[in-house]
Amino acid sequence: MLKFVLKRLFFETIPSLFVIATLTFFLIRLAPGGPFSAEKNVAPEIIAQLKAHYGLDKPLAAQYGNYLLNALRGDLGPSFRYVNSSVTGLIRQGFAVSLELGLWSLLIALLCGITLGVLAALNHNRAADWVAMIIATTGICIPTFVLGPLLVLVFALNLGLVNVSGWNNAGDRILPSLTLGLAYCAYIARLTRGGMLDILSQDFIRTAHAKGVHPFMVIVRHALKGGLLSTISFLGPAIAGLITGSFIVETIFNIPGLGRLFVTAAFNRDYTLIMGTVLFYAFLIIVFNTAVDILQALLNPKMRVTIG
Amino acid sequence: MAPMLKSTFAAMIGVALALALSGCQQKKEAENPGRILRYGNQIEPQDLDPHIITGIPEYHIVSGLLEGLVNPDPVDLHPLPGMAEAWDISADRCTYTFHLRPAALWSSGDTVTAADFVFSIRRILSPRLGAEYAYMLYCVKNGRRFNKGELTDFSQVGVRAPDARTLVITLTQPTPYFLALLSHHSWFPVHPKTILKFGPLDARGTAWTRPENFVGNGPFTLAKWELNKIIEIRKNPRYWDAAAVRLQAVRFYPIENMQTEERAFRTGQLDLTTNVPLEKIDWYKQHDPQLLKIDPYLGTYYYLFNVNKPPLNDKRVRRALALAVDRESLVKYVLKGGQAPAICFTPPNTAGYTSAATIGFDTLEARRLLAEAGYNAQHPLPAISLLYNTLQTHHEVAQALQQMWRTYLGVSVTLVNQEWKVYLASTQERSYDIARMGWIGDYNDPNTFLDMWITGGGNNRTGWSNRAYDSLIAAAAAASSQQERYRCFSRAETILLDEMPVLPIYFYTNGYLMQPQVKGWYPNILNLHPYKFMWIEKK
Repeated sequence: MLKFVLKRLFFETIPSLFVIATLTFFLIRLAPGGPFSAEKNVAPEIIAQLKAHYGLDKPLAAQYGNYLLNALRGDLGPSFRYVNSSVTGLIRQGFAVSLELGLWSLLIALLCGITLGVLAALNHNRAADWVAMIIATTGICIPTFVLGPLLVLVFALNLGLVNVSGWNNAGDRILPSLTLGLAYCAYIARLTRGGMLDILSQDFIRTAHAKGVHPFMVIVRHALKGGLLSTISFLGPAIAGLITGSFIVETIFNIPGLGRLFVTAAFNRDYTLIMGTVLFYAFLIIVFNTAVDILQALLNPKMRVTIG
Repeated sequence: MAPMLKSTFAAMIGVALALALSGCQQKKEAENPGRILRYGNQIEPQDLDPHIITGIPEYHIVSGLLEGLVNPDPVDLHPLPGMAEAWDISADRCTYTFHLRPAALWSSGDTVTAADFVFSIRRILSPRLGAEYAYMLYCVKNGRRFNKGELTDFSQVGVRAPDARTLVITLTQPTPYFLALLSHHSWFPVHPKTILKFGPLDARGTAWTRPENFVGNGPFTLAKWELNKIIEIRKNPRYWDAAAVRLQAVRFYPIENMQTEERAFRTGQLDLTTNVPLEKIDWYKQHDPQLLKIDPYLGTYYYLFNVNKPPLNDKRVRRALALAVDRESLVKYVLKGGQAPAICFTPPNTAGYTSAATIGFDTLEARRLLAEAGYNAQHPLPAISLLYNTLQTHHEVAQALQQMWRTYLGVSVTLVNQEWKVYLASTQERSYDIARMGWIGDYNDPNTFLDMWITGGGNNRTGWSNRAYDSLIAAAAAASSQQERYRCFSRAETILLDEMPVLPIYFYTNGYLMQPQVKGWYPNILNLHPYKFMWIEKK
């Protein structure tokens, strides 16, 4: 296992991050318009001062080298847009919020998704299956920018149960978590259904039933373990996607998360903040994908050989 | 596995229920907590350093934290005493002597001195700070040279403090709008001790603006700054006029999305917004007209012509296009926000100035000019493109003008929209035929609209150059009376409208939503609303 993790780290994680850093670094500099262009003209001397201040007057290769060296030391530089903030500080603040939102959404997604998926599989080709799958398909089809305002209209504007936006009290967590969670719930439901259908037709399930095990225990103890394998491999990128924040949901509900920072950084050509958020996002995806591989090995003996 | 899964499920359901219930029990923020103004402020500010910031949302916050030599009157914007309780103007109108208020204190308890102002002016003019608004101080003698690095001896810059309470500012030439400039954030003082505690005088982006470090001299102090969430400023008990300040605090919410902002306003989470969505204007007009505010705003929406590129290098073509714009219909049916059709470039009655020349809607004359330039049905105008940054309003205006030009002149124009920074680059590099622009006056004077079109002016992205125009703007600056000055401006604007390097479309209005209990807020063309005069009336 240790060998697997080390191999992953040195042959996949580090080279991937390096490639991503390099591509992002040069691509953002190719985009027209720089961080200091503005509607009102800025005098060339001032632009020159600003470039010197942020080291943008040096040759590109030197800028790139400096950036990588500093990044290795954990210093992602100052933000160009948010003048008195460091990129690390901004990511820390934004991530704390996105992480919380992501975890609540994940909870909702898992809870609804697995329940719907199992129900559908158990009632294969019967009404309950169709209902569950219609719900799931609708969930996939309705984008968050439609679902979010709809939920706001019903629960905040009409019923007045919660605030329309903000991130201050517990109630403010409900609608955004639902909006973000329901989209993922739909995928999980479909994956769980597929996995469960596959497992439920296996011999060992029949054996369990024949031995007189309570049907509920057959599902929970025997079937779910194998039936959730495909769901688990989906969870890696899903968790990374959920906790790094969604620009749309954060914008609709005015949540101070990482997603908004990331997208506005691109609009502002805030080079350091773009680099920082991209690397952070990439790092999380890689970590979660590795974690999923390990988890799958634990759940599925067949996989252990390849990992071993 | 099974018992574990089961208990996890149970825990998940429990947590979700608790969350849902706590949400229902939580008091919503629909009620105003009293004497607090809750303001939708668009975006997370760049910074709160008055010498660094460039945007209006930043000004909203900083104007509560710091106070300049004078304050704008909330109703008509005339300069009221601020840090200076009085001032004398020399006979040649080039030297201003300000007498500072003895009771003026920084929030740290230190007295505000004339030396603090000298320090602040030196700071914003220091080349290394890279202050984008340093040009607002170019009227000060040698201010421009010091900022450009041509002069390193600050003692030659026209500002000195003979004693702690006297500040003398010498100008290059009489500047009639000088006192109006002083309420701009670039003229705000900063606390020298605090600045130097976190770095040298000209260091950019130090930690001095964090809430735990900020020292100001305004009616409010910085209490809270949470990224992308809230900034709260609270009443400053050390402010010289604290007795007059009725608001306890102002909370700024960075809500970028107009629809989200409007929803927050509708449920009473906000007392005041920065914008109102275009599609909501009619609804408010019909259902809640007292909540919708549409104020005139000192700004012009216009198109740039690239005057070096055929066929737009022919002034007859530019004039023809300008004459074929039905501005009345545009503001009435497309914009709907109370905008006024722009028949000249400077908004009428800017500090008492109105352009004598105008450009109207005259399709006959437009067709005549186009024919005179050699374009007709057999020989149509070559294809031209119209560039704007991606935004619904710009798109609708562009579509309307495209249609008018097709209908009235038979001219076909392609619409091109670009993302903000790409569009800025395109206009700066002059790679466009016609491009959308807007200009909001920096101060209430025609100069802010007209001096930008001089040859080589930084904001003159049209390539247009006219010697007579340049000398009229220079003559206005040197004029000995206001009448003479305005005569020069009017002659200059006549040239501008005749040559038509820019096509004025409409004068901006400022549309927003405000709860009726907000008092002491007066509409004015610069959209300046000092919080010290405002209060929240209890229902």
